[in-house]
Amino acid sequence: MHELSIAMAVIGQVEDAARAAGATAVHTVHLQVGELAGVVPDALEFGFGLACAGTVLEGARLVIETVPGRAGCRPCADEWAVGMPPDLCCPVCGTAADELLSGRELQITGVRFADGTAGGPVLEPTGGER
Amino acid sequence: MCRVVDLQQAVLAGNDLRAQQLRADLAGRGTTVVNLLSSPGSGKTALLEQELALARARGTRIAALTADLATENDATRLARSGAPVKQVLTDGLCHLEAGMLARHLDGWLPDATELLFVENVGNLVCPASYDLGETLRVVLASVTEGEDKPLKYPTAFGLANLVVVTKMDLAGPAAFDEAAFRSHVAQVNPGVEVLLTSVRGGLGAGELLARATAAAAGGPVHTPVMSRNGAAQGHLHGHGHVHHHDQDHPYGHGAHLDGCDGADHPHGHEQPAADRLAAVTGES
Repeated sequence: MHELSIAMAVIGQVEDAARAAGATAVHTVHLQVGELAGVVPDALEFGFGLACAGTVLEGARLVIETVPGRAGCRPCADEWAVGMPPDLCCPVCGTAADELLSGRELQITGVRFADGTAGGPVLEPTGGER
Repeated sequence: MCRVVDLQQAVLAGNDLRAQQLRADLAGRGTTVVNLLSSPGSGKTALLEQELALARARGTRIAALTADLATENDATRLARSGAPVKQVLTDGLCHLEAGMLARHLDGWLPDATELLFVENVGNLVCPASYDLGETLRVVLASVTEGEDKPLKYPTAFGLANLVVVTKMDLAGPAAFDEAAFRSHVAQVNPGVEVLLTSVRGGLGAGELLARATAAAAGGPVHTPVMSRNGAAQGHLHGHGHVHHHDQDHPYGHGAHLDGCDGADHPHGHEQPAADRLAAVTGES
């Protein structure tokens, strides 16, 4: 159960960002978790709820976006969902994938600070991408 | 009002950075780290005991750090080799982190240590996420654990530079299906070498040490597909290494270069494992 350690790392980074931005409260933290990151989202949410107590993140919502694993084979110009357990051999030629294109993310993608006023506009963390 | 910050930060960036620093610091001191991961009871300590003793006999300057939730039993066993050994008690924490390792090495790691074996906490889940500044990550599984272990713990096996099977002397009674195990390893980590060992039977004695020594000498180290990450990945294992795809198969003989069929038998071991073991144990 290293999710508590992961949650504490998230909190530490968001605390730093809040300090830099002069924010006094955090409304939402957006996190990407790849399905091959070795992290269980439910356990992470549980750990996050506990570890937020007494910090600027107290009461903050954690929004986890799960990222499926995808691998690619350059010679075949092929890309596939690796599934779980993952299959990292190309379904076309049967050789090893050249790289894992996604699936190991463990990344904070956005933070929404709450500046004391309830009911602010709901904004997505990163404009154009989604 | 609310403010939204586009904060693109890898959660484990802190650990990764400390791991990179540690790797560089230790490289400067001539020390190469080998990180051993397995379930509890897989035989990490027994194998390490044997390899430490062999290293000492050969004059290799070797040290070991072993992490457990409690007891100093493993350090006591490992110290019998005469190598410098340190026990780290994690007090319940399920894994080691790079910063913790650096603190434990500070003031303890003898100068001119060539190889440092780190026996991680027995656990195939959590330690997989933490780079410890190692050059060689070794994942072990004993024959009694089931052939599907690599599929059940794909992140651990998928990130290994070397896979070691232990307790091969029990392969018969456990009805261990070596081909199935190899095929499952190949599915999550095509091309990685699978080393068969038995401390009791003497199979593969010194092989782990040989791989570690080769890696320490700058020899090629297998790069798992899972480490060949797209640019978007936040957390990468093994930065700072020289990883070239054309060096992925240091011990392969070319027959199964992609490793996807799991039938890669490196080092010219053409005999079936059971026969090899019978040969070394004198059984028929």
